[in-house]
Amino acid sequence: MIQPDWISGLIGGLMIGSAAALFLLVNGRIMGASGLIGGVVDGSGWSNLIERLAFLAGLVGVPALIALATTRPDTHLTGNLLIVAIAGLAVGIGTRMANGCTSGHGVCGISRLSPRGIVATLVYLGVGAATMLIARHLLGVI
Amino acid sequence: MRALFAFLAGGLFGAGLLVSGMTDTTKVQGWLDIFGAWDPTLAFVLGGAILPMAIAWRVAAHRQSATLGTPIPPKPGVKLDTRLITGSALFGVGWALAGLCPGPAMASLSYGGTQGIIFLLSMIAGMIVWRAIDIALSNRGKAA
Repeated sequence: MIQPDWISGLIGGLMIGSAAALFLLVNGRIMGASGLIGGVVDGSGWSNLIERLAFLAGLVGVPALIALATTRPDTHLTGNLLIVAIAGLAVGIGTRMANGCTSGHGVCGISRLSPRGIVATLVYLGVGAATMLIARHLLGVI
Repeated sequence: MRALFAFLAGGLFGAGLLVSGMTDTTKVQGWLDIFGAWDPTLAFVLGGAILPMAIAWRVAAHRQSATLGTPIPPKPGVKLDTRLITGSALFGVGWALAGLCPGPAMASLSYGGTQGIIFLLSMIAGMIVWRAIDIALSNRGKAA
């Protein structure tokens, strides 16, 4: 990206919010990534399986096309597979227990002034910052 | 029609995640690293995403149902229970450790490499494990 990071952040953010707005106003659904994925993999959301799978196909397919057409983006994900596996488990259990993640609670919840969305976002941001302090600056593991 | 618009929404979401930098773990970890080299980019991502959704909720308030007939989801209660807090805290730990959350983990599937696939599989395992625990807990609740 040639433009400053905050501009691409803002443009990408507007795209994310527009996607959520489209999903709400046309399909009548909350765009929560963890709920959409979780409902497919644990069988709890099979009543609207086709709609979920179509959403996930777009979510995987369109970035794949962009990555193919441009220079392959780098996720910079750590090569420490133990950390990766622990993080994945925590994200999987946590988002289902809390019934939402950054898209559901953060984008859809805060914009609706939902107390649950606001509190969930404050908790994961706070705990995330504390985790960075401990894991990066005190333990040096990430 | 439902599937078509779901695909379009998913595609726009995925493209937005890529453009915004949400699939770049250094950006996410930089945002959470308020005691280190703090990177404020994610504030613009979140702000940019909330704006169209705030308008969409206003529009939705004047409608009976969505375009394809589904009722607009009712506002969830204000119950701030243990699950919401514990789950969000657990999510915060994982989000910081890897720098990935569920949307970006899916969006970067095609280019995230082996680590990305391991993250996604662990996340899916966690989701299935929680479902099993949840069912076991509710069965025990019924038996008592």
